[in-house]
Amino acid sequence: MLKLEARPQASRLWSYGSPLLALAITVLIGVALFAALGKDPVRGLQVFFWEPVKSPYALGELALKATPLLLVALGLAVCFRSNIWNIGAEGQFVIGAVAAGGIALLADKTTGPWIVPAILVAGVLGGMAWAGITALLRDRFNANEILVSLMLVYVATLLLGYLVYGPWKDPMGYNFPQTRMFERVTQMPKLFAGSRVTIGLPLALAGSALLWVFLFRTRAGFALQVGGLAPAAARYAGFSSRRALWAALLISGATAGLAGALEVAGPIGQLTPYVPAGYGFAAIIVAFVGRLHPVGMVFSALLMSMFYIGGELAQSRLGLPKSLTGVFQGLLLFTLLACDTLIAYRVRWVGARGGLR
Amino acid sequence: MESYALLLGSTLSAGTVLAIAALGLLINEKAGIVNLGAEGMMLCAAIAAFATVVHTGSFALGLLAGMAAGAALAALFGVLVIWFNTNQYATGLALSLFGVGFSAFVGIGYVQARLPDTPKFSWPLLGDLPVVGQALFRHHPLVYLTMVLVALMVWFLYRTRAGLVLRSVGESPESAHALGYPVRRIRLAAVMAGGALCGLAGAYVSTVYTPLWVEGMVAGRGWIALALTTFATWRPARVLLGAYLFGGVTMLQFHLQATGVQVASQLLSMLPYLATIVVLALISRNPAWIRANMPASLGKPFYPGS
Amino acid sequence: MNPTPHSAPAAPAAGEPPRLQLTGITKRYPAVVANDGVSLTVRPGEVHAVLGENGAGKSTLMKIIYGAVKPDAGQVLFDGRPVQVRNPQEARQLGIAMVFQHFSLFDTLTVAENVWLGQDKSVPLAEVERRIRATASEYGLDIDPLRPVHTLSVGEMQRVEIIRALLTAPRLLILDEPTSVLTPQAVDKLFVVLRKLAGEGCSILYISHKLHEIRALCTACTVMRGGKVTGVCDPSQESNASLSRMMIGAEPPQLAHRAQAPGEVVLRTRALSLPVADPFGVALIDVELAVRAGEVVGIAGVSGNGQKELLQALSGEDRRAEAAMVQLSGRNAGRLGPRRRRALGLHFVPEERLGRGAVPTMGLAHNLLLTRGDAVGAGGWLRMGRLREQARGIIERFQVKAGGPDAAAQSLSGGNLQKFIVGREIDAGPKLLIVAQPTWGVDVGAAAQIRGEILRLRDQGCAVLVLSEELDELFEICDRLHVLAKGRLSPSVPRAEATVARIGEWMSGLWHAEVQAHLGAGEVGHAQA
Repeated sequence: MLKLEARPQASRLWSYGSPLLALAITVLIGVALFAALGKDPVRGLQVFFWEPVKSPYALGELALKATPLLLVALGLAVCFRSNIWNIGAEGQFVIGAVAAGGIALLADKTTGPWIVPAILVAGVLGGMAWAGITALLRDRFNANEILVSLMLVYVATLLLGYLVYGPWKDPMGYNFPQTRMFERVTQMPKLFAGSRVTIGLPLALAGSALLWVFLFRTRAGFALQVGGLAPAAARYAGFSSRRALWAALLISGATAGLAGALEVAGPIGQLTPYVPAGYGFAAIIVAFVGRLHPVGMVFSALLMSMFYIGGELAQSRLGLPKSLTGVFQGLLLFTLLACDTLIAYRVRWVGARGGLR
Repeated sequence: MESYALLLGSTLSAGTVLAIAALGLLINEKAGIVNLGAEGMMLCAAIAAFATVVHTGSFALGLLAGMAAGAALAALFGVLVIWFNTNQYATGLALSLFGVGFSAFVGIGYVQARLPDTPKFSWPLLGDLPVVGQALFRHHPLVYLTMVLVALMVWFLYRTRAGLVLRSVGESPESAHALGYPVRRIRLAAVMAGGALCGLAGAYVSTVYTPLWVEGMVAGRGWIALALTTFATWRPARVLLGAYLFGGVTMLQFHLQATGVQVASQLLSMLPYLATIVVLALISRNPAWIRANMPASLGKPFYPGS
Repeated sequence: MNPTPHSAPAAPAAGEPPRLQLTGITKRYPAVVANDGVSLTVRPGEVHAVLGENGAGKSTLMKIIYGAVKPDAGQVLFDGRPVQVRNPQEARQLGIAMVFQHFSLFDTLTVAENVWLGQDKSVPLAEVERRIRATASEYGLDIDPLRPVHTLSVGEMQRVEIIRALLTAPRLLILDEPTSVLTPQAVDKLFVVLRKLAGEGCSILYISHKLHEIRALCTACTVMRGGKVTGVCDPSQESNASLSRMMIGAEPPQLAHRAQAPGEVVLRTRALSLPVADPFGVALIDVELAVRAGEVVGIAGVSGNGQKELLQALSGEDRRAEAAMVQLSGRNAGRLGPRRRRALGLHFVPEERLGRGAVPTMGLAHNLLLTRGDAVGAGGWLRMGRLREQARGIIERFQVKAGGPDAAAQSLSGGNLQKFIVGREIDAGPKLLIVAQPTWGVDVGAAAQIRGEILRLRDQGCAVLVLSEELDELFEICDRLHVLAKGRLSPSVPRAEATVARIGEWMSGLWHAEVQAHLGAGEVGHAQA
């Protein structure tokens, strides 16, 4: 019988190893799934893990998809490390997109390039405001942030729907629920010719570096983490839990809103009801698989975008449903949580007599 | 008058979905476990039930399939959270995310499918009463069984020794363990029972309430059910009341549209979610009240020690 | 269930097998051997002490007897027959009952429901209530079965535990450190109950590290150290010194106590009153306290009388007091948070170490950042090199056994972690040090070291306030003593004039009567120092 034994000190080996093991298990299950669906597993693996990285253009697409995931995950990492469960990043993303879209719609043919930073700032502020609602309700009323932030996702999505079906609908759009396409000047500047990668990528990477410094080299970051690890110790130390709450939620609202702005003024180019692509939820998985660590999350964002792109390719090339992506992502998180046990516990094989309840 | 009868009637059935799921979550939480995977369990149960009815034609089997799906997923969650001590919130979230994706995946082939007509139910005599009959006495048996379920739960939790043991496990698993109770097995049983009820709610949604399959059709009701248990301060009778209240708010949007209120449909659709937020804020305002009613070990990991 | 028979107390008949006999019990954990070949014999009707300092292996041994833990080797004989106790239910069926040091009670349930959960057979609740009343009156353990447990005092909660054990008609009753939550008078009452039980033929295993209690109550004693048995004796024939030698291998360490003239008032509270913050808490009422530089003031009292609330009001974690209610060196501090109070020279060592005094998964160096800002630069920048150096310094100066400055706090033993935390606060050069339960759960060597450091600090002119449940400790290091009872603070009494009996009475809140009597007789009452 297997028994779990607590380790005196968390295992560094397994801190790095656990996500890899989880990935391996997920891949194994994936292979089994392909076989069960009557598709060639090797081809399936190729579509998910080789195709997305095989050319510079493919890498650019990978980076493009990873950017919003990474940005949102950076903010979520701050929240989860403080034990504040912001599940509503999707809603903050949407409102960021809405705010950005609103500014973008103001542009006409004569607008200058100043509109680009204005769009980004609008996205950040929109996301922050939406997250701020959750913070306010938790601060003032002690309302559970999981449920509030999640309810706000539905509200945000409905708000977007209202705007694109109503006041912001493109009058020349044949009555489709969408705004008009934004002017060219609002588009995010691209980094390289021949690729769709925008300035979002360096922004995300810079954000990652900033997060590292914040978490590991500042007292504010330390205070936030103590608040999540041992709230009684944080009170003892005099770290304000209220400050931590607002900081965490506003930061994650800002990054989610920024991601929304980049998406809407980047690849999408207009507001449609399909703006909420589930990045807010996928970023939760990115955050955990990346161990809530700025460097880890870069890798897990790339991994998750591989799943996204792979899923699209699997649909077009192998005839597999796109929802496969969601299955793999969920599986990955599950297996990660199970494998994480190995960090705090050692597995021992004990004879039948040795166990207790 | 007719439309009010309709409103009341639809409130009862909408509320039933929430009530069954919330009662399942209540059992979980009484044992100290918070299962954020309600939405995922309900969706998987919904497709399981739908598929079962499509293939077998039996609604009863469909409901059972839903319960089984819910219990199975809950068991997976339970093992991770109870034996591996993974973080309850993260694991529940994982379950929800997985459930959303998995149900969409499995449900692809059923999007256009149609179910055989649900048999019509009506109480003899009472069902034929004007107005009141339509409002109260012509619902699916599950609506009435839910009320019985509430009574059963109250009896179980507060009048039996097994219920006391369950509550004590939620209050202090360490003490229960010290007294020799099999805390982990009790918690797993509670989690699976809760999962079965969430599954029943999901099955009801896809086979009776709106008999079709659409990706994500539970539309957040699993999350609202979670809010309900807090709103009801973990008491079954209050859960039922709260469920009907929320069901009513949800139905209100259709009623308002029918009476010609000039508000965009999306804004009206926000009502249940906004109502949840408002209610949560009001209820949580008094931390002392929460402390007195919430199972003390809720959400915290339990280590049986050496 | 048959109530314990009221037969005349009988001496164990010759030839009657021992009630409990353990031979060669061994239990190994990854980091330590908790029990190493332990043997123990308890006769029927005997009050048998198990003496040992913290970490000696007493708790593990009791858990083995009670069925909560399985031994790796060894045999257990009950009434002469070999038994395998696989879980607490089987232990109860054999007649083994346990009163835990940390209560296994459910706060929101009533006394009767709590006791019911401790019974195995399905007896209806009403019957359990009746039996509780019967047993309570028989043994003089006053308790109302219908009260919810969270409304009880800690001493009353222990009575519930005892009654729960008694209702199983035990033949062996194990008590784990029962007196840490009792006033001296309540301890006497407990001993009466135990002697009565023993007289009826029940054997008692009494776990403790308090020498004078064991010598007063017990007729047999097994001494443990480091997982092994180091001696078996009759404690009534032994002295404190000889028992101490068996327990720690040496005489109890003596502390040097120098007379000191106290200086300025560093901490003063003025009519400190706070309503309850938490439904299960205690309100503070008119607490008047003054601590001067160069003296150690102690506050005695059993937990649950407002210690937690007072400490939070003093440390700044609770800022509801009016500004003038707490004064540090003359400055109003009632509304200041912990960091501002630290800037004014107040340092605090809390009762809970892992989880409050230190973050379990973080290293010792990082844990310094909780209360020390020396290694923090401009804008909150952390200077890791300086931080680790600082941690190394504290580890060395206070002889903390740890794997280095990055060793996780949870990897240290209780005593070493406490040494680090106390060291961290002393190293800050405070003007006022507040310490709660300084040596609870700490081995004797570390305890002596910590107390020595406290005295050294006092000699250097720091003001020290100590809250402790251990009267012995307070008598050892304090210059003056107060008692905290039900949220009120007694006047202080100089150590030389404090006796256990008097302090014990004050723990029931009875100092008013005494002050009145003194005033009436023309003596000046011991009001504020």
